[in-house]
Amino acid sequence: MSSTMTARIKQKRIAQLVARGKRLDERGPNDYREVQIETGLIERAEGSARIRLGKTEVLVGIKIEVGEPFLDVPNEGVLTVNAELVPLASPTFEAGPPDENSIELARIVDRGIRESKAINLESLCVEPGKRVFVVFVDVYVLNHDGNLIDASALASLAALLNTKMFNYEVKEGEIKIKPGYTPLPLRNHPVAVTFAKINDKLIVDPWLEEEQVMDARLTMTVDKDGKICAIQKGGYGYFTTQQILEAAATVTVKAEELRKLVVKE
Amino acid sequence: MKTSQKKQEKLIDENGIRLDGRKVNELRQLKIEVGILGNADGSAYIEQGKNKILAAVYGPREVHPRHLALPDRALLRCRYHMAPFSVQERKSPAPSRREMELSKVIREALEPSVFIEYYPRTSIDLFIEVLQADGGTRCAGITVASLALADAGIPMRDLVAACAAGKVGGQIVLDLTDVEDKGGEADMPVAFMPNANAITLLQMDGMLTGEEFEQTVNLAVEGCKQAYQLQKEALKAKYTTAKEVVKEEGVEE
Repeated sequence: MSSTMTARIKQKRIAQLVARGKRLDERGPNDYREVQIETGLIERAEGSARIRLGKTEVLVGIKIEVGEPFLDVPNEGVLTVNAELVPLASPTFEAGPPDENSIELARIVDRGIRESKAINLESLCVEPGKRVFVVFVDVYVLNHDGNLIDASALASLAALLNTKMFNYEVKEGEIKIKPGYTPLPLRNHPVAVTFAKINDKLIVDPWLEEEQVMDARLTMTVDKDGKICAIQKGGYGYFTTQQILEAAATVTVKAEELRKLVVKE
Repeated sequence: MKTSQKKQEKLIDENGIRLDGRKVNELRQLKIEVGILGNADGSAYIEQGKNKILAAVYGPREVHPRHLALPDRALLRCRYHMAPFSVQERKSPAPSRREMELSKVIREALEPSVFIEYYPRTSIDLFIEVLQADGGTRCAGITVASLALADAGIPMRDLVAACAAGKVGGQIVLDLTDVEDKGGEADMPVAFMPNANAITLLQMDGMLTGEEFEQTVNLAVEGCKQAYQLQKEALKAKYTTAKEVVKEEGVEE
């Protein structure tokens, strides 16, 4: 997601600092930016959350509608994740159908939720093979200042935790909405942690200017038991096996920190 | 989707043999041919088990549309596409979200290997067509596309070989088929450039502990190294054949 220009001299400075274990904004290599979370701010949505990760800002809205199940899993509800890089979020985002960056972003978030089996999809089946509930997770990027993946994944988790299912009953084949709501049943809490590789060193939570300098990106999503449930490498550089194992060791600790911010036990 | 699929049959039997007769750490049979399409600047074909994939490279050539040209390097573009008849249920020929994501990660897996800075203001267009799919097509696609780039005579740091490893029936296995991917616990495609000890593609979905993760990465890298040997043989084979033809027919001056 390279975009606006960063002066060469600044790029060089960022790379030099990282080599010495420091960063331009004075964070350590494994420090996240400050995280702020607000939930339930969109009343029309079944669930919503806004995350600020430094200056990066992501809003996620959850809508639940009635739809048809997939043929291969007739007794399960459907999870759909979509991401919009709306033009107001960055001078480099353009209006139009989703490009590969927004598709990749949505699919990384999707993989984390799906593979950790966070949503109990069986419980969203109304009539096997005919009618199920579809959970739409819509990621809306409001301000792009780097690391959209972690912000979007965390906002999605916060929004899902905030989601209320309307009560319903089936009468003569019709779904009747009843008053009242129950929380959407969640079984797991996946959290994504992204590393950038700069000057052969790994740092977490790259902000925009670091993303412009980075050689490659690595995202690992970890579930609540510390198991890895999704991985995605991005960017034109590469990682050595050693670096990947190093990242896997860091990721559990960082994921737990982030999880505590959204999951109130 | 790996959720709650009823296992009709065991994917690995008690002797550690898989449905297609392979051991857990065994690669599928690979058949690779280089330089098989007339029009393309470079091309290659791979069969990995039931996977059948064609790759072609056009370029370096003039960029179209022009405004996409880069002043200091070539623009590497990649299209991964599945034929409508390549899977059980007809796939719409329009590019799906999956294909768009794979096109991106395949491009990013191959770009580190190419000296794109040698060809500023040009494009190198790479087309991967999956004619038949049976799990692991992105990996086989990378393996074959890297050969097509080499066949096009584009300077490269190394060939990129790819192979998946994963967890099936509680065991860490190499090179998953479609059935194993769907019925298994995890699938991790990896692309590797042996010369630089560089992992250029890494994805995973499923569920692995830290220890299993390490085993899976190492097994996948071993698989890549095996595929790499076959890649090199296939590339050499093209020139051995050409040499024989020249010997038999002579070269017209």
